[in-house]
Amino acid sequence: MLIIGEKLSIIAKRVREAMMNKDKGPIQEIATSQWKAGAGMIDANIGPAEDGGEELMQWTVTTIQEVVPLPICLDTTNYSAVEAGLKIHNNQWGRPLINSTSNDPERFPMLEIAAKYNAQIIGLTVGKGGLPADAEERAAIAAEIMARAMEFGVPLEDLYLDPLVLQIATSQDHALKVVKAVKMFQELNDPPMKTVVGLSNVSNGCPKDLRPIINNHFLSLLIYEGLTAAIADPHDIAPTVKTIDVILGKILYAHSYLEIA
Amino acid sequence: MAFTPPKETYSGKIYPVNIGTAPDEIAFGGENVLPFHAFEGTFPNRPVIAYEVNDIPPVDWPETVRKPFEPVSSDPVSWARFCQDSLGAKALALRLLGTHPDGKDRTPDEAAKTVKDILASINVPLIILGSNHAEKDAAVLVAVAEAAKDKNCIIGKAQEANYKTIVAAAMANNLKLIAMSELDINLSKQLNILITQMGFDKERIITDPMCSALGYGLEYTYSVMERIRLAALTQNDTTMQPPMLGDVGMYVWKIKETQASAEDVPEWGALEERGILWEAITASALLIAGAELLIMRHPKAVAAVEKFIEELT
Repeated sequence: MLIIGEKLSIIAKRVREAMMNKDKGPIQEIATSQWKAGAGMIDANIGPAEDGGEELMQWTVTTIQEVVPLPICLDTTNYSAVEAGLKIHNNQWGRPLINSTSNDPERFPMLEIAAKYNAQIIGLTVGKGGLPADAEERAAIAAEIMARAMEFGVPLEDLYLDPLVLQIATSQDHALKVVKAVKMFQELNDPPMKTVVGLSNVSNGCPKDLRPIINNHFLSLLIYEGLTAAIADPHDIAPTVKTIDVILGKILYAHSYLEIA
Repeated sequence: MAFTPPKETYSGKIYPVNIGTAPDEIAFGGENVLPFHAFEGTFPNRPVIAYEVNDIPPVDWPETVRKPFEPVSSDPVSWARFCQDSLGAKALALRLLGTHPDGKDRTPDEAAKTVKDILASINVPLIILGSNHAEKDAAVLVAVAEAAKDKNCIIGKAQEANYKTIVAAAMANNLKLIAMSELDINLSKQLNILITQMGFDKERIITDPMCSALGYGLEYTYSVMERIRLAALTQNDTTMQPPMLGDVGMYVWKIKETQASAEDVPEWGALEERGILWEAITASALLIAGAELLIMRHPKAVAAVEKFIEELT
């Protein structure tokens, strides 16, 4: 399973300050640490970035890829910032991923950019009408996003469907609905659709010591249902991912399997 | 309509390993397909057969396999030269049986001298093996590794009980290393991990999952090798990508089928032919399972397996 390192988010104070001051040090340090811990892609979350988003995204992507040989997940609602990032993204390390489009027409330009730059894209299964009620509604929205993607010329294998993980502390019944949605999404196409979650949202609002426990157990259930990727902290989840790979027979067991990349 | 065979594609590749020094350096491994599946990818190097030579006269070998070496086997250097010059050996495997504490208990220095003498009189690559006594091997192989410094030999076998010393010796003297575990794929992987964690390049390891003769657990060796190879190729498991060794002769020529006379067991047929066939069949089964390096004894069995390789490559 692909881990998309979540730690480069403008929500974190250290990252925000580094981004504001164009201080490469902390950004590169965090990116490197995520890569070494098992991330296969780095999420660059620059927030809404209404002013100077283009320049900030370009600076962030370049800063990360100077030290880490990974593709970037471009995370902002500002689509001209996404486009700016795609222009300078180093595809030698893999294809970039746009985070994200949805069934909201305001987000369709993201699909246009994905097609134009041959990028992959996350489709968040929400529409204009608010949060989906259950797995079935998520799948119905997913089908609509798939139709939009094809209209814009984005191949379905480049679309990662995101069922929208909600907080277990406030929306407990949605946890299982998300697990079910991951299963249903795959059935929408052959070969199966790719799926992604923003994992740590499940434990948002929970006490700090509970968060890794909830994240990892929830992840186990999602991987068992076939999850392709998770936006998460690799330091937090790498042992779970490796252990499940062993249990599912995807890697050969050895006593030191956790120490192997 | 013409038949098109279905083709597998593999995500992994076996490390190529070079042994010996120019111009007699040889390579094995390097393929990105299952054994002999050249039609699916690349199978750049033929498997290599090394003739086994011992540092003491082969008194324990059955007559069938002792006979071809009778005139030379009292002296390891003559024996080695005979294999190279008269039998056309592409590689040699010197087993230092004389160092075993229950036998002649030769010292590491004596073993090192034998290695030096042999290296001085042959050109083909040399594999140097201890007596399979974990503790003594550690001491012997350290001395021997120094004697073989920069000759690009293989030393072994490093096992769970003694790998640290032997790995350090191979590393210090720029040699290749055999990592042996006892018919357990997970322990085989674990040993390779432990060895690489010491800083030894995984590209310099040869995995020995432990051999067994036809009728004596060959199917276990076969399936362990097969599973190792599938992990290497289909799961791109880099810890399982070193080439593999089949130490065939030693296991074949100690079983009763290679020793009981036709008079005693008439239904088994002629003894000499039977022994040769037993070694050749065991060896070719392991090639099919994934071995790239074999250690064998009888010249006629070696010839038969060379022909088998010729036909499959």
